[in-house]
Amino acid sequence: MARDFRETLKTKDFIVTAEAAPTKGSSVERSLEHIELLKDKVDALNVTDNQSSVMRYPSVGICLLIKEHGGEAVLQVTCRDRNRLAIQADLLFAWSRGVRNVLCLTGDSIDVGDHKEAKPVFDLESAQLIHLVHTLNSGKDMAGNELNGGTDFCIGTTATPSADPIEPQLVKVQKKLEAGVDFIQTQAVYDLDELKRFMEFVRKHDQKVKVLLGIVPVVGAKMAQYMNDNVPGIFVPQYIIDELAQAPKGTGITKGVEIAARLIRKAKEEKLCDGAHIMFIGKEERVPEILEAAGLL
Amino acid sequence: MIVAERKPIEEILQMIAPYKKVLLAGCGTCVTICWTGGEKEVGILASQLRLARGKEGDKADTVEATVERQCEKEMVEELRDKVDGVEAVLSLACGAGIQTIAEVFEDKPVFPAVNTTFLGSPEGEGVWLENCGACGDCFLDRTGGICPMVRCAKGILNGPCGGTRKGGKCEIDPDKDCGWVLIYRRLEKQGRLDLMRKYYPPKNFRVVKRPGKMQAIKA
Amino acid sequence: MNGEIIAFCCEHSAYAAADVVGKQGLHYPEKLRVIRVPCAGRVDIIHMLKALEEGAAAVLVLGCEDGLCQHLTGNVRAKERVKYSETLLTEVGIDGGRVGMFNLAANAPHKFIKIINEVNDRIKERERENDSR
Repeated sequence: MARDFRETLKTKDFIVTAEAAPTKGSSVERSLEHIELLKDKVDALNVTDNQSSVMRYPSVGICLLIKEHGGEAVLQVTCRDRNRLAIQADLLFAWSRGVRNVLCLTGDSIDVGDHKEAKPVFDLESAQLIHLVHTLNSGKDMAGNELNGGTDFCIGTTATPSADPIEPQLVKVQKKLEAGVDFIQTQAVYDLDELKRFMEFVRKHDQKVKVLLGIVPVVGAKMAQYMNDNVPGIFVPQYIIDELAQAPKGTGITKGVEIAARLIRKAKEEKLCDGAHIMFIGKEERVPEILEAAGLL
Repeated sequence: MIVAERKPIEEILQMIAPYKKVLLAGCGTCVTICWTGGEKEVGILASQLRLARGKEGDKADTVEATVERQCEKEMVEELRDKVDGVEAVLSLACGAGIQTIAEVFEDKPVFPAVNTTFLGSPEGEGVWLENCGACGDCFLDRTGGICPMVRCAKGILNGPCGGTRKGGKCEIDPDKDCGWVLIYRRLEKQGRLDLMRKYYPPKNFRVVKRPGKMQAIKA
Repeated sequence: MNGEIIAFCCEHSAYAAADVVGKQGLHYPEKLRVIRVPCAGRVDIIHMLKALEEGAAAVLVLGCEDGLCQHLTGNVRAKERVKYSETLLTEVGIDGGRVGMFNLAANAPHKFIKIINEVNDRIKERERENDSR
């Protein structure tokens, strides 16, 4: 039985989380495979919410699956597809079924996804969502009504340490910290100096929040370039693209795993942050390799 | 001002296909300024329609007229004689103008030749950029005069989001600036970044209940 | 304007060249109609479209060489308008090649004739293609 994530955050030296992304369709077979593979190797599994604005099986559904199989889940909630009524209702449901951790996100734009003509909601954004969860946690809803059963979610959010320019991004981070978060899982970072700069800022405002370094393994120069151009919040630096370009043909994934593990090991050894969050989209079965190479298994 | 763009020609041709005699109605205000539906554009579109239908040996009879402001019933009334003589009206005005014509001449089919897109200002010659979302709850005092509802692609009140591209460009369109980076720079220039550091609670989206209505006080 | 080639000629360049053509008795297609304008930039989109509506085979705008427009950017604007007219024509299924912009100097009567002849040849070719369909 997995440990309560809130407990883990309080007591573990280096926390590791990964993703179990839902798939497109009512079948949860593939997700179950990933859950079985990873649930005992990481401290919690995040479940994304219509990730990249592509319609998929709902996050809460896979969170329940994780709980049923003895894992610890982090429910990702974006503001793109639901208004404040739906979000509050969904959170009450999630809590009632044993989901204890929430990651608050604004959400990618509709345009990067596969239903490009849909109406974006964005009734709220991530900082307001964090406040919303606190409100539910206090036993009330956003309209001030007393709840017939509240929540006590452990609250997390994201940040983009590689943002350029960084200053506006940090204004937003500060608002999130002031709203009160238990953990931050960053977007992918490939340059640890950016992480250091980010941690300096965070610690100035909050000594207790746990920061997990976002790791998105890149398995080829072309993929890196594609991600730079198309995936919001990801900036793969040129020297990594070069390193990937020089890798012999067919060794892309291995190289990607190597770079990822290298970043995690360094962050851990130099105590740069409190953990790592591994997002290996579409290649969840290779996550254990990263964990092993990083010395986390 | 209101910005509109001409619809694809195929759409327009299809709309008026059943009609032999059509009035093309332009507007002398916003759509004239953005080169979409003024007198000149009415002339060009009418010529195009005649050429298109002439090609098929189908003689198109077009009448052209432009009023100063198509959203005013009194001004649209001036078109009565011309409207009486046609089977349908093709309006090049914004949605407000098109609907006014439709209301004043209720028995006449009225078609939109343009798509009304946004409220905006010229960014350069011939280039217009949206800058007001008509949300009814103006936030410009808190953002150094830059509207987060439309300059930010997601319309968020505590920005930026995590998707800002390198150099401060928007996640959605690399040619557009991240609205919140613009707000940051503006407030920084004025030494008022405290405004951006403030937390803004969720917006009241029901300030203006559609259709919006305003009663001005008669003085 | 049935089947005519309408040529809007800038008085500083093309019209002067056309004048020489006339005076020297050089040959040019019969169906040419020269219209004098103070600058190529005087010609607007509606002029080109209406000329075609009235049966012109082609509408040409002839102005000064690049950088030599007496009104600085008249020939540049004319070029943009001709290009735009092309797209407006193509939109409604009409050959965009029926409008065109050309640059020449006042002392180039032979260039003038060359331009007109080439346009005329293209018109004849198009007629042949249409007939054979």
